[in-house]
Amino acid sequence: MPTAIEVRGLTKQYGELVAVGGIDFEVPAGTVFAFLGPNGAGKTTTVEILEGLRRRTGGTVSILGLDPWTDGASLRRRVGVLPQEFRFFDKITAREAIEYYRTLFGTSVDPAELLARVELLDKAEARFDTLSGGQKQKLGLALALTNDPEICFLDEPTTGLDPHARRALWGVIRNLRSSGRTVFLTTHYLEEAELLADRVAILHRGRIIASGTPAEIVRSHGRPARLSVEAAPALAPLLVRDLGVSARAADGRVEVELADRHDALRVLAAIDRSGIPWDSFSTEVDTLEDVFVRLVGRMDEGTLKAEAPA
Amino acid sequence: MNGRRIGADLAVVYRTYTRNPIALFFSLIFPIILIGLFGLIFSTIGTGTTTLYVVNDDHGSPTSVAFLSALNNTTVVKVATVNVSAASFGAWLGDHDDPVGLVIPDGFGANYSAGHPVNVTVYTDPQDAASSGEVLGAVNGVVSQFNLEAACHGGTCTPVVGVLTSQVGSPSYSTIDYLIPGLIGFSILTSPMFSLVDISSTYRKEGIFRELSLTPLTRGEWLSARIVWYVLLTFVSAAIVIGFGAGVFSAHVKLNLGLVPFLVVGPFFFVSLGMLCGSVSKTPETAALIGNVLTFPMMFLSGTFFTVSSFPPGLQTVAHLLPLYYVIDGMNQVMLFSNTTRALTDLAIVLVASVVTFLLAVRLFRWRDE
Repeated sequence: MPTAIEVRGLTKQYGELVAVGGIDFEVPAGTVFAFLGPNGAGKTTTVEILEGLRRRTGGTVSILGLDPWTDGASLRRRVGVLPQEFRFFDKITAREAIEYYRTLFGTSVDPAELLARVELLDKAEARFDTLSGGQKQKLGLALALTNDPEICFLDEPTTGLDPHARRALWGVIRNLRSSGRTVFLTTHYLEEAELLADRVAILHRGRIIASGTPAEIVRSHGRPARLSVEAAPALAPLLVRDLGVSARAADGRVEVELADRHDALRVLAAIDRSGIPWDSFSTEVDTLEDVFVRLVGRMDEGTLKAEAPA
Repeated sequence: MNGRRIGADLAVVYRTYTRNPIALFFSLIFPIILIGLFGLIFSTIGTGTTTLYVVNDDHGSPTSVAFLSALNNTTVVKVATVNVSAASFGAWLGDHDDPVGLVIPDGFGANYSAGHPVNVTVYTDPQDAASSGEVLGAVNGVVSQFNLEAACHGGTCTPVVGVLTSQVGSPSYSTIDYLIPGLIGFSILTSPMFSLVDISSTYRKEGIFRELSLTPLTRGEWLSARIVWYVLLTFVSAAIVIGFGAGVFSAHVKLNLGLVPFLVVGPFFFVSLGMLCGSVSKTPETAALIGNVLTFPMMFLSGTFFTVSSFPPGLQTVAHLLPLYYVIDGMNQVMLFSNTTRALTDLAIVLVASVVTFLLAVRLFRWRDE
């Protein structure tokens, strides 16, 4: 699979401040890549460098084989960009906006069809300043698709959207992927990345602290699966002593770490034997969000180092 | 430069503008209100000593020299004798910033001594009613004194010297005629300046320029669409001002093709200047400040509402540094005085300033971050 985006040793400094501290990643064509990180991690700076809106301080960036800063003119016909908090001319309607971009790009897209794709057709004749935040984002997305781009950069596309609009936008992203487009997504919403992305990178203070498929990240950085039982705290030391497992009691529940699936059977049998009364039980595994929160927390405490640049 | 893209952008400007009633009001209706307003204020501006240009066709006769000396002694005027023929004096005055003058005819001294009636001619500037009034007053005062000395024999006084008046430009011109080029100049200045200073800084702040930078539209095309728009708007605005002036105030303005270059180059300059203000400012607030610092002196010192010749010399020097002065002066030359040479000089000055400002604006106008 050809590479759509390739980034090597990318840095961005503003005077003394290091916004992006040397990152590497690549995005194969036709995949969805999600860039995650807390506020101020450097996500937007990075995505703007990739879009050609910002000049990098160091490293190399290749978008479809081109340098986004110097080859902007030829690149902008092949990429679509939805910036964070999309803004447009207040008095221009959604349909007029698409017609405007259509002429600028010299394409022949049908405004009604494009607006229908982002579920904004009912607002075709509404002026930009009358649209809600979510509707503005949808128009921004429609405009990003006017030139039928090979790569779409979507910077926090679902921030401020209601759940229904968010799902609609997920549908658009899935369709882009199934039609062979590459999507570069930044988001705050971990479940969004988990649902949509083929690969994920977690950025923290300008460095990538984890990358891979969502499953890989959970596997390598998540905690083991856990069995959680509603029972008296006394159960925890008993299980530690009898089975040699790691267990702790909190909030009326006892949580036992499972090294593998068979541990669950051994633990349940031991609980039953103990004679301590117990009620419901469930198994829990880390989500990408759990991993994210733990990783970022450990980074902030200084107990974890960023992935070394390749 | 791609015409289709400029056209598409022009459609956006047109819609943005026509859907904003306040912008339309300021561009098209405001100058009309100002015509009436400044027509009233006009006559109240006072001046200091006015230079009175004199053509002495009486070849330095003692009477004529005494007459001019008496005029100097009034301290209202300062006599400056010029070597111009009486026939071309009106046009000569039109080229000067202080167009008040006096012609002493051939045989003035001989006729005066013989008690034969003789007239001096005073040229006044209708655009500057105040100084014209003062000059007329001074001349009439000196004439009365001469008549008293010369012609009172046996208790009956017959006036010998009479005063004719002639207005610079054309005798039939009135205040309103001179206000029209000024107000067209006012529109040429204010509409593009206020708008471009505002949008160039707020579009950047709101990220609209960044979004446009991701399309094939270029900065030159973007600026060109604005220039085309403001040229069109200036034509409409000029037509309204001229139509209103002629229809309501019976203004006598000559409409000729010579006006067209000024209606094109003027907006070209001020769109570029407005863009430049926005480009060199970090925030919309700074841009507005720089824009105002440039706009307001030009609004009042370029001959929009007040004639430049009524200013003190220092302020006149400032006025001559303002590009709008040349736009308005050029339109005055074309519409009132038919002075093509001076109009072309004015046009050349504005054109050079425009090209330099446009190139500077395109160069400094960034729509993405370095």
